[in-house]
Amino acid sequence: MRATLRVRRYDPETQPTPTYKEYPVDLPQYGTVLDGLLDVRDRQDGTLSLRCSCRSAICGSCSMRINGEARLACKTLVNKIASPGETITVEPMGNMPVIKDLVADMTLFWDKVRAVEPYLQPVGPAPEREYLVSNEAMERLTVAMNCIMCGACVSDCTVLEVDKTFLGPAALAKAYRFVDDPRDGRKMERLEKYTQTSGIWDCTRCNMCVQVCPKGVAPMERIMQVRSMAMEAGFNKTRGARHASAFAEIVKESGRLDEMGLALKTYGFFKAGFTLTGIGLRAFFRNKLPPLFHRPIATAENVRRLFRRLGV
Amino acid sequence: MRYAFWPGCVSRGGCPELYPAALAVAEKVGLDLVELDQATCTGAGVIGERSEELVDALNARTFAMAEQLGLDTIMTICSTCQGVMSSVNYRLRENPAYREKINGHLRDEGLSYKGTVRVTHMMWALVEELGLEKLANLVTHPLRGVKVAPFYGCYILRPRYVLGFDEHPHRREYLERIIEVLGAEAVDYSGKWRCCGFPIMTINESNGLRMVANHTLEAKQKGAHVLVTPCPLCHLNLDEFQPRAAGQAGRPINLPVLHLPQLIGAAIGFNAKVLGLRRHIVSTEPFIQMTGIPRG
Ligand code: SF4
Ligand code: SF4
Ligand code: FES
Repeated sequence: MRATLRVRRYDPETQPTPTYKEYPVDLPQYGTVLDGLLDVRDRQDGTLSLRCSCRSAICGSCSMRINGEARLACKTLVNKIASPGETITVEPMGNMPVIKDLVADMTLFWDKVRAVEPYLQPVGPAPEREYLVSNEAMERLTVAMNCIMCGACVSDCTVLEVDKTFLGPAALAKAYRFVDDPRDGRKMERLEKYTQTSGIWDCTRCNMCVQVCPKGVAPMERIMQVRSMAMEAGFNKTRGARHASAFAEIVKESGRLDEMGLALKTYGFFKAGFTLTGIGLRAFFRNKLPPLFHRPIATAENVRRLFRRLGV
Repeated sequence: MRYAFWPGCVSRGGCPELYPAALAVAEKVGLDLVELDQATCTGAGVIGERSEELVDALNARTFAMAEQLGLDTIMTICSTCQGVMSSVNYRLRENPAYREKINGHLRDEGLSYKGTVRVTHMMWALVEELGLEKLANLVTHPLRGVKVAPFYGCYILRPRYVLGFDEHPHRREYLERIIEVLGAEAVDYSGKWRCCGFPIMTINESNGLRMVANHTLEAKQKGAHVLVTPCPLCHLNLDEFQPRAAGQAGRPINLPVLHLPQLIGAAIGFNAKVLGLRRHIVSTEPFIQMTGIPRG
């Protein structure tokens, strides 16, 4: 199949700004974007830089943005994302500096993974033989263990775009993998650490990492698991935990969300007044304040029963 | 076209202008809505932080109510409600054993979800069921000369596998198509598929505000006169918090933010009052003047 690869070329040492170059390629039916790029490098332009190794979605080297979304180039079939003759835009991963062309500097990625202490820390004397763990307990973790450290999720994370201190999807999915491992002995210390600023509560639940992860790790869902574990373990003083609890309480009471009540419960009375006054006053003059007296739905008692039944 | 209708909490709470505007547009284009008045909040992704099973039960309850009415499609006017409902529905339809477990929680109320419901959003229904041609025929006030920046909201885009993108691969272009059918011009910018920052406003406000400023300023820089969104939560953040975002960014923004039904409503003959255009934080006056729609 014929297609055009429009590739972002950039050598920070010699170029002031990036440029885009177009390369026509002709690929077999099941050709991948990586096949196309290697063909370009072999036959058209030997100066094109990219990373790859396994060519089978295992090593995690070839993440890049393809038509604006982070993907493994070796797992992306050209015929799946373009019709014959169409142009495909290929750029390096986002949220990281570019070393050259499609090669991104992953220092930030590795620093964050290291920061969550991605290794088992058992406490107490080691058993004489191996640790024994139930199948169920390990099965839960396999989703997170599937991570191949490709960086795609970090590339497209919308919080990292505005705040590079956020621990980010890959590291927090890794955090889940250890905090929920029955052999680990530092669960409480881990939860305390992960609930701090730049940790689990800073995720904006945008689903970007769930969408782009090539291995089904769904980092955001892992982050939500750590949030639940943290709240259950009693780390419920953070604004995020208070917000989640207040939200659930309000819906439990009336079946519906009441934004005024939510603000009061999340911030506390005085802080809510202070934080929201500017917003509230403007809303008042525009006749759009949420109703002050929130009425429950007629079947609210059934809803309350449902909450109680599920322990919330 | 008859739908079980779930308006969501915010369309009657934080964005009270949305509900009447959506109803007016639905009636005029011929979407017949039966409101689910005993349905609950979907959980908006927040209750799931406490218990996913509870979220599944709450939404299964809503789906069962639609089935009881003999309706097979639930329509929402909120990207977030739609997204939560679609993921719950995905889990419940994929796994009948799990669905039965969840139905166990609903038995007290005499409800049970059979797994027959489909979830849609008004934006999808307009393109896929009504059809853009029919919508075009209803346009009486084409929005000529208005440049509109589309802003989708996360949950109507991702994750694609729960949202029916296999069947409808072009769902992430519908806003542009609707904008053009209304006679306006769609502005392309990188923020359109990103996050408005609403879910972290109570946790890390400055990050949320940075997202608001980035997207609105980029849209403006690309020439947008207004921004349009199918999600009231995005609207809350991009409109209500825009002045504060401008303060943090240290420069004025002033980009009016419209709900999708307001943009459509303006083109098919409703006045600014019915559409609640003066109930916004960022003034929509420039839009009213450009389009010359009646003030009412
Ligand atoms: S869901 Fe959270 S971690 Fe994942 S990309 Fe979005 S903000 Fe980042
Ligand atoms: S979580 Fe997925 S996208 Fe992120 S590094 Fe691991 S494999 Fe790559
Ligand atoms: S080359 Fe190894 S994952 Fe693509």
